[in-house]
Amino acid sequence: MLRDITLGQYFPGRTIIHLLDPRTKLILTVLYIVVLFMADSITGYGLMLFVIACCIYISKISLKVILRGLKPLLVVIILTAILNLFYTPGREIVRIWILKITVEGVRQALFMVLRIVMLIAGTFMLTYTTAPIALTDGMESLMNPLKKIKVPVHELSMMMSIALRFIPTLIEETDKIMSAQKARGADFDSGNLVEKAKAMLPLLVPLFISAFRRADELAVAMECRCYHGGEGRTRMKQLRMQQRDYIALMFGAGLLLIMIGIRMLHI
Amino acid sequence: MDPIIQTENLTHIYSQGTPFESTAIKEVNFSAYPGEFIGIIGHTGSGKSTFIQHLNGLLKPSSGKVLFNGRDIWENKETTRQVRFKVGVVFQYPEYQLFEETIYKDIAFGPKNMKLSESEIDERVREAVDFVEVPQAWLEKSPFDLSGGQKRRVAIAGVIAMRPEVLILDEPTAGLDPRGRDSIIGNIKNYQKATNSAVLLVTHSMEEIARSVNRLVVFNHGTIAMSGTPSEVFSNVDELEQIGLSVPEVTKVMMRLKELGMDIDSSVYTIQQAKRALIDYVAGRR
Repeated sequence: MLRDITLGQYFPGRTIIHLLDPRTKLILTVLYIVVLFMADSITGYGLMLFVIACCIYISKISLKVILRGLKPLLVVIILTAILNLFYTPGREIVRIWILKITVEGVRQALFMVLRIVMLIAGTFMLTYTTAPIALTDGMESLMNPLKKIKVPVHELSMMMSIALRFIPTLIEETDKIMSAQKARGADFDSGNLVEKAKAMLPLLVPLFISAFRRADELAVAMECRCYHGGEGRTRMKQLRMQQRDYIALMFGAGLLLIMIGIRMLHI
Repeated sequence: MDPIIQTENLTHIYSQGTPFESTAIKEVNFSAYPGEFIGIIGHTGSGKSTFIQHLNGLLKPSSGKVLFNGRDIWENKETTRQVRFKVGVVFQYPEYQLFEETIYKDIAFGPKNMKLSESEIDERVREAVDFVEVPQAWLEKSPFDLSGGQKRRVAIAGVIAMRPEVLILDEPTAGLDPRGRDSIIGNIKNYQKATNSAVLLVTHSMEEIARSVNRLVVFNHGTIAMSGTPSEVFSNVDELEQIGLSVPEVTKVMMRLKELGMDIDSSVYTIQQAKRALIDYVAGRR
């Protein structure tokens, strides 16, 4: 049952979006979010909707997958819609007891929902099309300037890569320990909350012990291969910006300019 | 005599209905009788692990049945739970499942889940440590202070303490030194003799299996490829090698000697038998 959890949620592919440098994608995602928050008119939202639709189309990731990702946030989205619908002052259209719906409220609710949905869809584009390891590499490379002010950039990204690497291993381990304890009659499913929490003990203790053991083994293995931090370390897979990355970044810059234009002209 | 545990057309398909669907075992018919010591061999991915997890109801069959004492173990929830206590499974590297503060408490985990009385639990814990040759004086020690081999004994005792009528062990000797291996197999044999239970031993070591079991079951591609006494199974050298398994080293030596023209009995699989066969041969020549 634990195997059904998809973590990292990367969908391998060979589309142009998949092939872009992770740094390009990170920059574009940040840019996309900034532009999205600048939009304040129908034209603006329409433009963003068009952009994200194009991205989804090009990446060949099915709309179903993206919508499934939105599911956990459904409550937040609905709550936002309701709050905006009833609490925006302006021209009244309907009144139910003390609650009133205004024209501005409808507009605001629609825009907020669109904004949240597009925000999530945009960040999903990043995680769906970029392998987790490529993502941490990209982050490390982008944060490189921070090394000047003594931020341990390499160590942070190494920690992230290791954490990502061990998620599947730990899930497998959990499965195994669960089977072993179930074979001795452990019951993880029934009982009240306190009983359930207590029942987790036979699972958590061995899991923690094995996580520490693995960490210890990994540290020794890394030391045996002369790992001593990021200093002077080269990479096997160098990140290189290609023509397509520059074109994509230009598209991003163009989008920003258009949005500024839309705002200035109030259309 | 009726089989204690039995499978009928047991099939298991992982991730059924998704693109990742794969058939782990198909149409397996198997039965074990009380007092039997059965060896299960097969290369990695042949379905042995999936198979044993069905016997105590950890996995639900996609189709087919698992019967314990003639009753379907999936009849209702309570039956499935009871079968977990009657069919004890010791997984690979069982020492990683230890979690309690003391050895006593850890071994008592199974019996406690069976809702036995304190005195009954106490009796079973002491009996179990005797079977695996862990000194009673250690019972109040922390299991994490023990060596790897000792931890494994404690973990096996944790299953034995439930007094299962079928004891299944998945590579109980992996990673142990030869003496540790022999002694654990010896402990398991003692348990089997004392309780007349059925024991299923999954292993990769042909030598180990040849010395201890009275029936061998060979898994290949999710089905039972061969079944019979060790000498029956080991006589099909070619077939075994095709599956990716082999026969005990000593059997290979004897077969080669026969090929070289010595008129000896090559259907041996332990050093003792080989010794006798060679003595007979030498005596016969004189």
